[in-house]
Amino acid sequence: MKPKMAIFVGVAIPLLVNGTYQALVVAPTEQTMGDVQRIFYYHVPNAWSGAFLLFINLCASVWYLITRNAAADALAVAAAEVGVVFATIVLVTGPIWARPVWGIWWTWDARLTSTLVLWLIYVSYLILRRFAAGGQTPILAAVLAIFAFVDVPIVYLSIWFFRTQHPSPVFGGNGSLDPQMKTAFFMNLFSFTVYALLLLNLRYGLERKRQIFEESQAAALSL
Amino acid sequence: MNGTTGNSTNGNGANGNNFGQLLNLVRASLVKDLRLEWRSKDAINSMLFFALLVVVIFSFSFDPTAEDSRHIAGGILWVAFLFAAVVALNQTWAREMRNQVLDAFRVSPAPPLALFLSKVLANFLFVGILESLMAPLFVVFYNLNSVGPVYQLLITGVLGTWALVVNGTFFAAMSLRTRSREVMLPLILFPISIPAVLAMVQATTAVLTGEASPRFWMTLLGVYDVVFTLVCVLLFETVLQAE
Repeated sequence: MKPKMAIFVGVAIPLLVNGTYQALVVAPTEQTMGDVQRIFYYHVPNAWSGAFLLFINLCASVWYLITRNAAADALAVAAAEVGVVFATIVLVTGPIWARPVWGIWWTWDARLTSTLVLWLIYVSYLILRRFAAGGQTPILAAVLAIFAFVDVPIVYLSIWFFRTQHPSPVFGGNGSLDPQMKTAFFMNLFSFTVYALLLLNLRYGLERKRQIFEESQAAALSL
Repeated sequence: MNGTTGNSTNGNGANGNNFGQLLNLVRASLVKDLRLEWRSKDAINSMLFFALLVVVIFSFSFDPTAEDSRHIAGGILWVAFLFAAVVALNQTWAREMRNQVLDAFRVSPAPPLALFLSKVLANFLFVGILESLMAPLFVVFYNLNSVGPVYQLLITGVLGTWALVVNGTFFAAMSLRTRSREVMLPLILFPISIPAVLAMVQATTAVLTGEASPRFWMTLLGVYDVVFTLVCVLLFETVLQAE
């Protein structure tokens, strides 16, 4: 392992351990929901990291379309893959919380459905990448990423018009939060962001190596 | 001052010519597509039969004679059109692949926009014809009569068809460059189309039942159409020239 990566891992793991400790032990139990509320320290940071990664995917895709730089495409594919993993975790942890609290696993409200649609779009993005032929893959994928970005606000607006059941944002809204809960939450938010960046970095490095290997193979064949 | 005015006039003149040229190209390509389709009737026939099958199969899944069938008719109608449209969209570019027509188009000085617009218009006509042939059948099979005004159904139909066709034509061009392209098109088209499908179905149901105003959904469809037509027009050249 390269020293830079070792430092990265050395920072991310203690952060995650501390975050878990804060969430499971230090933060007080929520009055009405009980211990199941603790999934919130996990669910929201994952959602934030997933959204952040998919946003990186958009930026990398636009960057690729402008510069046609292979590194931008490597960043796009890494961000999309890791982002889909985080979004999957969000879609799994949400129902685990919803079942005891709402009494149902799933409801078709704006935030849930938008997340699901976003997840579907990015899975189709990954499928497109697998099926596209050779050198055109990055261009087609980057174009689809722009479609995905344009679609998300329309999806949200259209489903918001139905009705919404998801708890409104705790911060900035009228909800009040115990200071210890707040600490646990922000520590986890930070830890998961670092963790997401670590995974992104690893996947990006792998993709770059694959690209360079393919280039050298193509060069060797053409000799 | 005079110089600027002169330049801008020249610029306008050139733009006017370009626009005229664009229209000529769109018309030429559209006429060619329509003539080919008129002679073979491949897309229309396969779409019609496919939509008919969907309608018949749905009538076994749901009770079509039930009093509240108009609550689900909007959904069934659009799902049938959506599936049938994919059948036609998949054939859009197939004939351009034979004899490297698409490659010839790529090296020609004609703007890619003309090719795209003519394909969208051709698909819009095909799917529109399909819808106008299928709609009476729906009325018969599902015993439908609209509570709300019928002109709203027509507007929803036009906006909804455009939403499916503009993205569908674009994604069909994208899936040309993939393995098993016929499978690829719905896989990338359906997720992006979810809000449009929701809006079409909700607007149609609102008009058929007369229980709600379709205004919001029709506006949403209009916004969707404008936004995605713009995105398609801006990005089509990138996809066409992708190497």
